[in-house]
Formats: sequence, structure tokens, C-alpha cells
Amino acid sequence: MSKDKQPEASLDPEIASKLKQHADELVEQVNAGEYARAMTLINDLSEVRDQSLYREVGRLTRSLHEAIRNFQIQPQNAEQQEALSKMSDASDRLQYVVEMTSKAANRTMDLVEDAMPRANAMCEQAKVLRDDWQRLRRREMAPSEFRELYGRIDRFFESLSGDAEKMYGDLSEILLAQDFQDLTGQVIQKVTALVKEVEENLLSLVVMASHVDQLTGTVHELKEQESSAIKGEGPQMRAAERSDVVSGQDDVDDLLSSLGF
Amino acid sequence: MKILIVDDFSTMRRIIKNLLRDLGFTNTEEADDGNTALPMLRTGKFDFLITDWNMPGMSGFDLLKEVRADENLKDLPVLMVTAEAKRDQIVAAAQAGVNGYVVKPFTAAVLKEKIEKIFERIQ
Repeated sequence: MSKDKQPEASLDPEIASKLKQHADELVEQVNAGEYARAMTLINDLSEVRDQSLYREVGRLTRSLHEAIRNFQIQPQNAEQQEALSKMSDASDRLQYVVEMTSKAANRTMDLVEDAMPRANAMCEQAKVLRDDWQRLRRREMAPSEFRELYGRIDRFFESLSGDAEKMYGDLSEILLAQDFQDLTGQVIQKVTALVKEVEENLLSLVVMASHVDQLTGTVHELKEQESSAIKGEGPQMRAAERSDVVSGQDDVDDLLSSLGF
Repeated sequence: MKILIVDDFSTMRRIIKNLLRDLGFTNTEEADDGNTALPMLRTGKFDFLITDWNMPGMSGFDLLKEVRADENLKDLPVLMVTAEAKRDQIVAAAQAGVNGYVVKPFTAAVLKEKIEKIFERIQ
């Protein structure tokens, strides 16, 4: 934010006019040698300043309160109502998102880990049967072997239909495990809206603080924040538009090979 | 070949564990940050370390530095699997002695390629 913006422009007109009126009178009284009256006027001036400050803080408090009060979610059914009514603030909601996504990921992985060995076994059995079947077609099989194969094919079909059915059921459950997205999506959208409102109000607070600084003539010594390369930051947003961030594994590989990796 | 997987999210550890199993590495253990991982590594049981960067407690980057500073662990191959995508960070990890860097989200093929590349180099 620019420091040399015109604070007067956003000052309450009533406050501005009071300020001007008192200031003019102060000059008059000082010129006339009425120092006692001048001192009272200086007090009045300081009161005007405080009033403006309180009014602004009050206004911001109200809009912040409004933003938090408006942070409500409209549940679609009784189950959601119950789940959502338990939460009253944004961090609880985000924790809920973490739990829901973790639950869904684990449920999906349970099903996948359960299905993988079965898929593997199906594949192995089919391969063995295919090879034996081809031997039969090439007439390389003894009658006793054929009788054994006959039984094996029978059992394979039997287990195949059962396993395939179970696999279909697992896939369908994996599909259902993604239903968290509906709930977490709603929650995240609400939290995003709250953050946006809070952000806007904070910005007003910063603008107001800079007015206060100008009114009171305060100068802050701001230390430059050091950014450290070794601090973990998590996923980067808008990576494609930034030059300080890699956009994928290919970029990482290029960078590392340029370093002699 | 015993591999230690370090990540604060159990789901990610589970994904990596599954991918490693498909690659034929079934002997794995897990830790949720550097503080838990370091004593495990110091037992000398592990031949390979796969670590995330951003974790509460000790980060993966600090773990990497600890490993390189430890006389018994300094040659342990370390693969970083992380969402950290700043060029400065990748350079810092390379300078600290990482053997491979996989950026999340990743594919099974990428993980396999990087692991194989590390083994090729150390053999």
C-alpha cells in the first residue's frame, strides 16, 4: 500500500470539518494571546482524533462480526445438518475437511489393496489356463491331463464370476468413497468466502492504521522479512505463471541436470 | 533392501509403500517426521530413505542434513518426495546432498525411474 495516499479524502466529512473548525479557532486564539482557550482547543482536537479512530474501529468490528456471523452453511439433508451443526468455526471446518479426505483416501486404498491380489490371482490363473488350452489345441495333451484341465477350467469360471462381481462391487465402493468432495467442497467454499471478507476488512484496518499513523505522526521501522530457501512452504499456487517455481517433474529434472546431476 | 518412508501424512506413506511393493520392495518402515526417523536410521537397518520436506517437528531438509553429517549415514541414498517446488529449494536440497527429487503430485513411473536411477548410480 502506498504511504502517500491522501488520507483526507477518506476521512469522515464531519470529522474533517470539526478538525478544520477547531484548527482555525486555535490559530485565532493563539494569535489573540488566549492560551487557556487554546489549550482547551488542543484537547478538543485530540478528542476529534480519538472519535474518528473509535468510529472506524467500531465500523470494522461490526463488519468483521457480520462476516463471521454470515459464515453459515446450508445443509442439504439431516445427515449433513448433524455433521455440520457440530462445527462452529473455520478451523473446525478445515479439520473436518482433513478428516473427510483422509477417510476417503484410506477407504479407497483399503479397497484397492484388497482387490489387487485378487486381480493378480485372476491374471495368473488365466495365463496358466491359456497356455494349457493352447497345448490342448496343438494336441499336445494326454487324456488324463485334459480331464484335470477340464475340472480346472470349470473351477476357474466359477471363481471368475465371483471375483469379477466382487471387483465390480469394490470399484463401485471406490466411486462412492469420492462423495466427500461434495461436502468438503462446500466447506472450503464457505471458508474461502470468510477468508475473503476477513481479508477485505483487514485491508481496511491496515488503511485505517496508516491514517492513524499519519494523524499521530508515527513512523514504523519495518524490518525486511527474510525469506529462507530451506523453509517448507507446501504446494505452490499458480506455478505455471512463476519463474521461481518449477512447473513439474520435467522442470525439476532439467534444473538438477543443469547442476550436474 | 530396507526402505524408510518419512511423511507426516499417513495416506502418502501408504501410497509410496504400495508403489514400492509393486516395484518389488516389500521391506519398508514408516516415520512421520525427522525426529522419529533419525533414531530409526541410526539403528543402521536401512538402505534407502524416502522423505517428504515439509513436516512438523524436524523437516525432511533438516533430516537430510543430519544424515549427511552422521559418519555412519552419510552415504545413505536419499530421495526427496515433496510438494516443495521452488527452484531455490531444489538447489538447496541438491547442495545438501540429496540423491533424487520427486515433486508431488507424482506418478508411479516417475518414482520408479528416480529410484532405479539412484540404484544405478550407487552400484
